[in-house]
Amino acid sequence: MNGAAPRSSARDEAAAGEGRGVLALRLPPSRLALLGGVYSNHIALAGAIADARRRGAQALFCLGDLGAFGPHPALVFPILRENGVVTLAGNYDDSLARGLDDCRCGYTDPRDNHFARLSYRYTFERTPAEEKRWLGALPRQVRIETGGRRLLLCHGSPRRMNEFLWESATPDAFLEKLFREHDCDALAVTHTGIKWRRELPGGLFVNVGVLGRPENDGTPRVWYTILDVHPDGSIEPTFVPVEYDHAALAREMRAEGLPDEFVETIETGWWTTCLEVLPSKERMRAKW
Amino acid sequence: MTVIPETDTTDAGAGPPRADPPLVGIEDLDELWFQVSGTLCNLACSHCFISCHPGNRAFGFLGLGDVKRRLEEARRLGVKEYYFTGGEPFLNREMVPILEETLRHGPASVLTNGTVFRDATAADLARIAKESRYSLEVRVSIDGYDASMNDPLRGDGTWEAAMRGVEVLVSHGLLPIVTIVQTWPDEETLRVLDRFRDTLRLRGYARPRIKVLPTLRIGMEASRTRGYLPHERVTPEMLEGYDAGQLLCSHSRIVTDRGVAVCPILIEAPGAHLGLGLEEALRPFAITHAACTTCYQHGAICTNLGAGGAGRDR
Repeated sequence: MNGAAPRSSARDEAAAGEGRGVLALRLPPSRLALLGGVYSNHIALAGAIADARRRGAQALFCLGDLGAFGPHPALVFPILRENGVVTLAGNYDDSLARGLDDCRCGYTDPRDNHFARLSYRYTFERTPAEEKRWLGALPRQVRIETGGRRLLLCHGSPRRMNEFLWESATPDAFLEKLFREHDCDALAVTHTGIKWRRELPGGLFVNVGVLGRPENDGTPRVWYTILDVHPDGSIEPTFVPVEYDHAALAREMRAEGLPDEFVETIETGWWTTCLEVLPSKERMRAKW
Repeated sequence: MTVIPETDTTDAGAGPPRADPPLVGIEDLDELWFQVSGTLCNLACSHCFISCHPGNRAFGFLGLGDVKRRLEEARRLGVKEYYFTGGEPFLNREMVPILEETLRHGPASVLTNGTVFRDATAADLARIAKESRYSLEVRVSIDGYDASMNDPLRGDGTWEAAMRGVEVLVSHGLLPIVTIVQTWPDEETLRVLDRFRDTLRLRGYARPRIKVLPTLRIGMEASRTRGYLPHERVTPEMLEGYDAGQLLCSHSRIVTDRGVAVCPILIEAPGAHLGLGLEEALRPFAITHAACTTCYQHGAICTNLGAGGAGRDR
């Protein structure tokens, strides 16, 4: 386990940047596409954007963690910019931008830490300096007023960008508190890698899933979320599977020398690393 | 009224109190702990951080009614997770109904030595885990991959008894988290964990979950190895540039039969009992105790995910 004191001024800096870090938008009721962690999966990212356009999405948002896990981290940046995807920062982006020594996912298992370090080092070394600066300028949250609703987009949670909100470990009362304390009645996050939603009296919660790797269900597909905001203020989330050329991605990962364990996940749909953070219900549905 | 325990086994060797103690506030009550079986345990481990043993009734049991009232308070505060510890929680005959009630509110974790529950209890745990939409985590303490590593710490025959406990849980479809206190040098961690995983697989646990905990030099452990030295304390200067969100006291409290204390490690420490109600107990705490040093060094180790996994640091 990590023996060193977990020293960091990250939270203080985060607090200092909170005011600058919120992008506020006003949009008419419309169809929005919410893309979760990309993890350098440029093929799935391009596929999801094309799919969302076909479905008539009028605005596209990415909820952060552009790098990690996959190959050629520089490739995702032009795809996001050329398609006008409004992007906010995840913990990986924040670490890369600030030159931190790891992704701050908080693993304690030495095996998980081993793979997390490999992935971070690979991504850090191959992310161009100008893209790191671009990551450092991303907002931490996006607030959207639309259809009379207050929609808040962030990476992990409105409290912390690396907070895990799993379906089986997030009580209703806790979500109601987030709605109250963060002035929103619809909240969308990513970070865990598994999509879920819950409608409560205080608001709608959606974890939009991720594009970077399958969601530990034994299929190679990945997921994003369409959010339909209707004129009457109702919001309807739809989870959309993305079938992409995962074999091509696996070939690129092998050619780059990324761990076989990562490639296996892309090919089989089962997570092989970073399992420590899964609560028991989500873990029971998994293979490993 | 706050009741202060009469003896302090947590802080041997402390220097004189500082005029400017390092204070840690609490932003959100994310984890609520319950000292559900008081200090009563069927084992007398030589490294126990709160001196629990078969004759220690310094703290009493919590009943289902007590827990229900606290859950209602906790719901209003938006608590995120619930933890149950002791002593040995399954000495409390209401443990299963308590967990069942808790799982209506949120995810629950119970920390057991794995030696006392029977097949029927494991079946009940599997049932309530399945019926709830929240996760039930059963954490079983086993301090080695074989009896020669574990039993000197936890008592003769306890390794085999706890491994049987894991087998029973796994046979009912549960995925217990086996916690192991680190008693080896850092460089041996991978070897120890690999061997432990292999052993658990041989006993039928195909997907073993293991969490390593650092030792806390307090309680029984202080006399087994050594307590903290007077200079091993957190100072206000050490909190400069440090993310206090790493510390358990910045997001947790524990309910005992005497009221609410700051954290599960310090229930025997003077000054650690902060009030009778949860809201009353949400006030800053001076981290002047020896055990606070371990929390400072390792982060909130007591929770399932540790500090980073719980989402601190941003």
